[in-house]
Amino acid sequence: MNNPIIAPENLVYEKSKLIKDNVMHYCPGCSHGTVHHIIAEVIEEMGMEDKAMGVAPVGCAVFIYKYIDVDFAESAHGRAPALATAMKRLRPDKLVFTYQGDGDLAAIGTAETIHACNRGENIAIIFINNGIYGMTGGQMAPTTLNAMKTSTCPYGRNVALNGYPLKITNLLAELEGTCYVTRQSVHTAVAVKKTKKAIRKAFENSMEGKGTSIVEVVSTCNSGWKMSPVQANRWMVENMFPFFPLGDLKDK
Amino acid sequence: MEDIHLMKGNEAIAHAAIRCGCDGYFGYPITPQSEILETLMEEQPWDSTGMVCLQAESEVAAINMVFGGASCGKKVMTSSSSPGVSLKQEGISYLCGADLPCLIVNVMRGGPGLGTIQPSQSDYFQSTKGGGHGDYHLIVLAPNSVQEMADFVDLGFDLSFKYRIPALILTDGVIGQMMEKLRLPAFKPRATDEEIAAKCPWSLSGRTNKRPQNIISSLELDPAIMEKRNLERHERYRKVEAAEVRYDTFMCDDAEFLIVAFGCAARICQKSVELLREQGIKAGLLRPITLWPFPYKAIEGYCRQVRSILTVELNAGQMVEDVRLAVEGKVPVSHYGRMGGIVPAPEEIVEALKKNF
Repeated sequence: MNNPIIAPENLVYEKSKLIKDNVMHYCPGCSHGTVHHIIAEVIEEMGMEDKAMGVAPVGCAVFIYKYIDVDFAESAHGRAPALATAMKRLRPDKLVFTYQGDGDLAAIGTAETIHACNRGENIAIIFINNGIYGMTGGQMAPTTLNAMKTSTCPYGRNVALNGYPLKITNLLAELEGTCYVTRQSVHTAVAVKKTKKAIRKAFENSMEGKGTSIVEVVSTCNSGWKMSPVQANRWMVENMFPFFPLGDLKDK
Repeated sequence: MEDIHLMKGNEAIAHAAIRCGCDGYFGYPITPQSEILETLMEEQPWDSTGMVCLQAESEVAAINMVFGGASCGKKVMTSSSSPGVSLKQEGISYLCGADLPCLIVNVMRGGPGLGTIQPSQSDYFQSTKGGGHGDYHLIVLAPNSVQEMADFVDLGFDLSFKYRIPALILTDGVIGQMMEKLRLPAFKPRATDEEIAAKCPWSLSGRTNKRPQNIISSLELDPAIMEKRNLERHERYRKVEAAEVRYDTFMCDDAEFLIVAFGCAARICQKSVELLREQGIKAGLLRPITLWPFPYKAIEGYCRQVRSILTVELNAGQMVEDVRLAVEGKVPVSHYGRMGGIVPAPEEIVEALKKNF
């Protein structure tokens, strides 16, 4: 940088070389940007930029390849684990990961997700769960909490009408093919560190051929939730965490 | 020693795939094409050539595995039959949108819906006019023998990689299930990673040797750029139309009546032409081998020579629309078709042609 805003001696954090200079399209307060930074840092720290191949979802993160500077294939909605299956089997020495939201992974892509995990594909799945369809304007997701309001359940999710929020990560932990299933968040500095550790472990597992790793990141969508970023973080802690408790569900 | 074998059309596809250096096959069982997946699993090519074979959880997953493999510049394929190919249409549209090469095989059965497991040619429209969403074409090859089933695997891959357009072998339950003698193609090695990097610089491999990032995408939100991408794709389609039209003719030189038929219908029509000739009726057969690009010019060329054209299809009349477009009303065009899995006898076609006198 020609004109550093922060004096070098005060610099405590530098963004990863694998984060491009493009301005992110995410809303201020959104968890996507933080998770992108974590992924880029882990790939860089592992020295895997020449081996990493990501699969972008359909959803807010469809443009992930504009922000993280590694090879990417952009999947049809929900099909990322199918793409990743073939990519890893045909290039077994590479690091293959998917990045998917809750609608992508737990609604339209449920079959692809469960079967890739059940086959124990040596891939890592980063799962952003914010309980809402962000990109299409805040509709109900499979993980929308009971009584939570969205544009397609404006009076709150009603289990009699919409069924129950889906704890898909718990389902995936039951499958023989998964080796590491964890639920994390990025709402505090400590949580960010834990998520980074989890993603690194997931990537290492896939390179060691241990099976499928899933890192769920319980996230905020403050725009979709119609809250300020601070309110959204608080709401997530008070409402999302009791239903989606953080921690490892499986580590073998 | 010639490599001559007796096998089903479906089995020929599987053997040809292994021999032509195919990197991956992803499929889901459906009649009447399951022998492709079964033969591959029996042959275990992962031990010989390193080819990956995987039974997917659905046709949707299979075509998306093809997308993943094709993104890596690998020679990958899938196969199915009509209802399964309907499920693959989403993935096919995305493959076309991302300009990825691959091979798809449709061993057609009658529809709509679950229809029948008997042969049909009723997916002509789906195969040649789109099928999924968006403006796109597939390179569509229509074999009429077990030999061509084998030959078109390699040809399909070659054309697909040359133009970055998915290729489709459009065949049917007759060709897929019948046994014939064939000469299997010679073994070709699979491409090495270095060869793929040179031939498909767009492909994903990780940023090897610090090369810039590669992105496989069908998305663009700027309409000006998106239109450009579409126009570039359609320029490639014009090149395919100019260079890759393939068809075959049988006794057409002095023909007064032209039959146009593809795939198994063309096999039957060949016999019909012989029967008509025995009766002193100068019939000839034109068999489109590429259904897209369609041999419009070749058919138009016969307008000055023939009195009428009959298309014979195992459907309610689909290719006949392209034949009518080719002749633009210069000669009468009629259609004879059977549906529901009925395969017409040569004599029926003789009678159908005589009605056109």
